[in-house]
Amino acid sequence: MKLEELRFGTELLKRGFASMQKGGVIMDVVNAEQAKIAEEAGAVAVMSLERVPSDIRKMGGVARMADPEKVLEIIDAVSIPVMGKVRIGHFVEAQVLEVLGVDMIDESEVLTPADEQYHIDKKQFKVPFVCGARDLGEALRRINEGAAMIRTKGEAGTGNVVEAVRHMRNIMGEIRMLRGLDKQEMTDYAREIEAPAELVYECAERARLPVVNFSAGGIATPSDAALMMQLGADGVFVGSGIFKSTNPELMAKAIVEAVNHFDDANVIAKVSKGLGDAMPGLDVHKLRDDEVLQTRGR
Amino acid sequence: MDAKIGVLALQGNVSEHIDAFLRALERMGHGPSSEVFEVRSPADLVHCNALALPGGESTTISRLIDKNGLYEPIRSFNGGIFATCAGMVLMATSVDDPRIHPLGLIDITVDRNAFGRQRESFEMDLAIDGLQGAPFHAIFIRAPVVTSAGTRVNVRARIDQGIVAVEQGKHMALSFHPELCDDTRLQEQFLKNLGITPIIR
Repeated sequence: MKLEELRFGTELLKRGFASMQKGGVIMDVVNAEQAKIAEEAGAVAVMSLERVPSDIRKMGGVARMADPEKVLEIIDAVSIPVMGKVRIGHFVEAQVLEVLGVDMIDESEVLTPADEQYHIDKKQFKVPFVCGARDLGEALRRINEGAAMIRTKGEAGTGNVVEAVRHMRNIMGEIRMLRGLDKQEMTDYAREIEAPAELVYECAERARLPVVNFSAGGIATPSDAALMMQLGADGVFVGSGIFKSTNPELMAKAIVEAVNHFDDANVIAKVSKGLGDAMPGLDVHKLRDDEVLQTRGR
Repeated sequence: MDAKIGVLALQGNVSEHIDAFLRALERMGHGPSSEVFEVRSPADLVHCNALALPGGESTTISRLIDKNGLYEPIRSFNGGIFATCAGMVLMATSVDDPRIHPLGLIDITVDRNAFGRQRESFEMDLAIDGLQGAPFHAIFIRAPVVTSAGTRVNVRARIDQGIVAVEQGKHMALSFHPELCDDTRLQEQFLKNLGITPIIR
C-alpha cells in the first residue's frame, strides 16, 4: 500500500463522516468528565468547548475557540468523534483545531464572529465542517463554501426550542415548495435567496439538503429532540440542555432514546419521567438585539 | 427468490444502505416484489432474509441494540448479514472496547478507529479476492480493522494495517463503505450467496 495511492480529506470522506452521525445526538461538553458521561449515555459525538452557550451568555465578552489543552483532554477521554467550535471566519482557529485532531469543526455563531464579511473557505481543509443556517439560502451558501453538514441555528443557550423549530420549518418548507417550481422559476428563486442555482436544483431533485441536516439551539428535553426529528432533522445537537439540567446522566440517556424512538410517544413518555428540572429557559422575544446569536453570519 | 432486505435503523447511515441495495436489486433485474426496509424492532426482523448493519457510531448502536431487545434476535437471525464499518465491529467475537457488546457472528477480533481520527480517513482502490473487474474504490471513515480471524473466516482483502473484508457463511463484513459509492458489486455478491440471484428477462 503506497501512501500516494491514498486520498485524504475529500468531499466524499467529509460528507461520509457527517452521514455516520445520522440519528444521533451530539452533546456539548466542557471537560473530560462530561465527555465520558455523554459517551456512556450513547452520544454519537461530543462538541468540546470552553463554556456551554448559556454560560457564554452570562459571561459576556468575546467568546473564542477553547484552550487546546481542554480539547486534547476531551479527545483523550473518549473514543467517539470529538468536534470543536471556531469563530465565524477565523480560519486560523480552524487550522489549530485541525492540527489537534478534532474530527469536525463547527464554524459557530455561538462564538463571537471574527469576520463579518466572509466565512471560512472550508474547501481548503481536510477536516469536515458543520455550519449553522436559518433558511435554505444560508444553508446552501455554507455548503457551497464546503460545509459537509448543516445544523439549523435555533437560539443557543436559551433552552427555548422556538427558534430551532422556526429554522427547521423554514428549510424543510422551502425544499417542499421547490417541487412546485420549474427550472426557470428555481433559477429565479436561487437568485432571490442568494444561493447557487445548481444546489437549488439538487435540493429539489432529492427533496432534501445535499448534506446531513441536524437541529441545534434550544433543545432542552426529550420531547424537544423528538419534535425536531419529526420536523425532519437528521439528528440533534444538545448544548446547555444536558449539563445545565439537574440530572445530566439521566437527561442525556433520555434524549438519546427519544431521538432513537422519535415517532413513538410511548417511549418518549417513559423516558421523560422523573428527569428532574430541565435547564432554565429564556424568552427569546426579551433578548436584546446584541444578545441574539442567530443573526451572526448570513 | 425475492429479496427482503432489512437495514438496522437505530443510528448511522441507514438511507445510504437502503439506496445502495435498491440500486443492486435494480441491476439484478428484481422488481417491486423484492424490498428494502428499515428494521427497528425484533418484529421487523421476521420479514427479512437479509440484514444490513450500517456505519455509524458502534458504541451508540451497540447500546441501542441491547435497549431495543434486538441482541438475541439478531444473533439467531437465519438470513445473511451485510455489515460495514461500525457494523463490522458489531459482528465480531471480540472488540478492543468494553462498551461494545459484540454479536459474535463472525470469528474475528476487531480494533475500532484503527487508522486514527477523521483526518486519517482515506479513499483507495482495493483489490478484493473473488471480485471481478476493476479494483474496488473503498472509502474508509474512522474505520476498524480485523486483527485476527478464525479458520472458518474467508479473508477477502487485506492492507498494511490489517484485514478489511471478510466472509463467514452467509455473512460479509467490511471496514469500508461500499454504500457511499455507486459500485454495487459487493452487495450483489452477498445477495447471490444467499440464493437471491439475478433475474434474466
